[in-house]
Amino acid sequence: MARLTIPAQELMYRGHAACPGCGPALAMRLLLKGFGPRTIVSIPACCWTVIATPYPTTALAVPLLDTPIESTGASISGLRAAADALGLDDLTIVGVAGDGGTADIGLQSLSGMLERRTNAIYVMYDNEGYMNTGVQRSGATPKGAWTTTTPVQGRSRGKPESKKAIMEIVLAHRPAYAATLNPAFPEDFVRKAEKARDHAGARFLHVYAPCPPGWKFDSAETVALGRLATDSGVFPLYEVEEGAYRITRKLGELKSVEPYLRAQGRFRHFTPAEVEEFAQDVRSGWERLLRLEAETAPLPPPAKTAASTA
Amino acid sequence: MTREVMSGNYAQSYAAKLARVQVISAYPITPQTSIVERLAEFVASGELPAQFVKVESEHSAMQVVVSASALGARTYTATSSQGLLLMHELLHWAAGMRSPVVMGVVNRAVAPPWNIGADHTDTMAQRDTGWLQFSPESNQEVLDTVLMAYRLAEDPRVRLPVMVNEDAFFLSHTVEPVDVPSQEVVDRYLPPRDARAILRPGVASRLGSFTGPEHYVEFRHELARATENVPKVLPEVEEEYERLTGRRYGGALPLYRTEDADAVLVTMGTASTTARSVVDTLRAQGQKVGLARLRMFRPFPEEEVRQLAAHVDRIGVVDRSYVFGPVGPAASELRSAIYSTPHRPEVRGFYAGLGGRDVTPGHVRHMFEELLRTTGPAALWEDLAAMGVVSDG
Repeated sequence: MARLTIPAQELMYRGHAACPGCGPALAMRLLLKGFGPRTIVSIPACCWTVIATPYPTTALAVPLLDTPIESTGASISGLRAAADALGLDDLTIVGVAGDGGTADIGLQSLSGMLERRTNAIYVMYDNEGYMNTGVQRSGATPKGAWTTTTPVQGRSRGKPESKKAIMEIVLAHRPAYAATLNPAFPEDFVRKAEKARDHAGARFLHVYAPCPPGWKFDSAETVALGRLATDSGVFPLYEVEEGAYRITRKLGELKSVEPYLRAQGRFRHFTPAEVEEFAQDVRSGWERLLRLEAETAPLPPPAKTAASTA
Repeated sequence: MTREVMSGNYAQSYAAKLARVQVISAYPITPQTSIVERLAEFVASGELPAQFVKVESEHSAMQVVVSASALGARTYTATSSQGLLLMHELLHWAAGMRSPVVMGVVNRAVAPPWNIGADHTDTMAQRDTGWLQFSPESNQEVLDTVLMAYRLAEDPRVRLPVMVNEDAFFLSHTVEPVDVPSQEVVDRYLPPRDARAILRPGVASRLGSFTGPEHYVEFRHELARATENVPKVLPEVEEEYERLTGRRYGGALPLYRTEDADAVLVTMGTASTTARSVVDTLRAQGQKVGLARLRMFRPFPEEEVRQLAAHVDRIGVVDRSYVFGPVGPAASELRSAIYSTPHRPEVRGFYAGLGGRDVTPGHVRHMFEELLRTTGPAALWEDLAAMGVVSDG
C-alpha cells in the first residue's frame, strides 16, 4: 500500500472565493499542509486578497495579515522581528504573493528580505500576469502570451518580451533554500514546503499557479495542464540548497510544448514558427538547468576502499 | 533622573530606549540619521534588547513596524522629508490597522530643489493619513513627547500611530541640557504593551482584509472616533507624566500671554521660542500681543482654538510650509475651526522659515506689526516681504 505523505490536516477552509480550477487556491491548500498550524501568512494585494473572503470572514485557519502590493518582503521581516522580540520561537513566517507583487513592484522588498537573511519563507505564486485586476501583463508573463495589455491585434503578437527569471534573481542572493513547486505534483510540492519550513534563514518558493480565466483554458484541466508544464520543460521542478541545484522531476525526454500551448487561449494565435521559437526557449532553459545541476553537484563521497568495506 | 547634554535626535533615541521598544526599523536620510545610529549602538551594546531591521527603503521601514506591531511588538522608526513621502501609502495602513507605531520625523524641506533645512511640508503632506502629530519646541520636549506618544498611541480609546516632529538642525542637531528620567520612572509610566496582540498564532484571524460599502464606512467611522478621543485622553497622559517627572506642556495649544491680547501669533516648533521672546519685548513696550503654540497639528485642537478666538480680534498663523491654497495649512485649519464661532477674528497667514531659512525676532516683530496695522493679504510670504526691511534682533 502506498504511504500517504501529504498531511491530512486542512488549514484552508471550504467556501473560499477562488474561481473554479484556481491554481493559487490549490497552491495555498498544499502550502499550509506543508507549513503547519503555527504559520502566520502575510499577503499583499493579489488574487488571494479576494480568495481569502471579505471581512468578517477568512478562508484560512491561520492568522492572515494584509499589506499593500509591494511590501511582502518587508512585512515578513517585521513579523519575524516581532516573533523574535516576543519569544514566539515556533512560528513559521510566510509571505504569499503573486508574480506582479513579487517580480515587478515587490522586487525591492523581496531583495531586501533575502539580503538580510530574514528567517522567513517567501512564496511567489505565479499565474503569469496581473490576474486579479483583469489579466494584464507582468514581468512574469511568458513571451508571446495574450493579455489585455499585450493584445493580439495589428502588429502586436502578445507580450514581446521574455518571462523574467525570478529564480535567478533570487538565487543571486544565496538564499538558504529555493525551489520550484507545481500543485500538479502534490507529493513533491508538500515535501518542498516542509523542507522550506524546516530550514532556517531566507527561503523562496516559486509556485506554478494556472489561471483558467486569464490563460483561457478549461477549469477542469488545471492539474493536467500543470503536468504538461513540467513534463514539457516549461516549468521544471528543482530545488537549490547551498548553491547546489537538484532537479526533482526528470523524464528521459521532454514532451512537446505544443499540447501545453494549444490548451490555452492566450497562445491560440501562435503560428508554427512561434510555437517552435517558444519550444527553443524551453529547451535551452532545460539544458541550462541540466548543466547547472551537473556543475553544482556536491562532490561525491570518497570511494570506499576494500579495507573500509571489509 | 540624570541631566545630559544632547541633540533633539539623541532625545528621540534615548526616549525610544526608555520606552523599551522591541522592534526598530529605519532607512537613513539626512537629518534623521543620528537617531538611528544611536539606536543601532544601543542595540549593538545590548543596552536595548530590540530587533533592529535595517531595511532597503522607508516604505519597507514602515511596513516592518506595521507588521511587527500587528503581532504585538512596541515599535519605533524615524525619517525625514523624501523618506516620509515614500512612506505615505503605509502611513494610511498604519492608522487603518490601528497600529500604535511611534515615529520620529525630522521636518525637512521637500525637493526640488534639494534642501535639507527645516520645513514642515513633509509632515503637512501626511495630515490626512490618520496619524497624530506633535511638534515639540525643545529637545527636552522631544524626549518627553516620545514617551507620552506611546501612552497615547497604545491607549485602547485611541490606538493610533503618532509622529513626533522636530525642526531639522534647530532641534535635530542642536544640543541642549535634557533631564532624562530613570528607567524605573518610565517603566511605571509605560507598562509593556497590552499582550492581546491582534494576530494570535494558531487562531484564524485576518487583519487588513477587504470589504464593500457595507463595512468600509464603519471602519472609517471608528478611526474618526478614535481621533476624537485624543482631546479626552491627552490630559490624562500629560497629568500622569507630570506626576512622575514634574514636566507638562499645556496640551495641544499652549498659550502665552494671550489673556488680554489684541493680536496673537500661532506658531509651531522652534519658531515658537523666538516668538515668545518677542512677545515679552513687545509687551514691555506696551503692546498687547500673545502667542499660541500649535503643539499638536493632528488632531487639530479645534476647541482650544475656538476658545482663543472668543477673545482675540487678530490671529496670525505662521506656516513653515507652503501648500497650494489660499493660506498655509495651519492657517487653513484654524480658519475652518473658527468659522462657526460667534466672534470671528481676522485671520492672516504667514509663510516663514521655508527650507531652513531663519525666523528671526525681526521677522516675528514684522509679523506682529502686519497683524496689528492693516488688513493685508490673506497670506504673506514673510521670508520675502521682510528682505531688506527687517534686521535681526
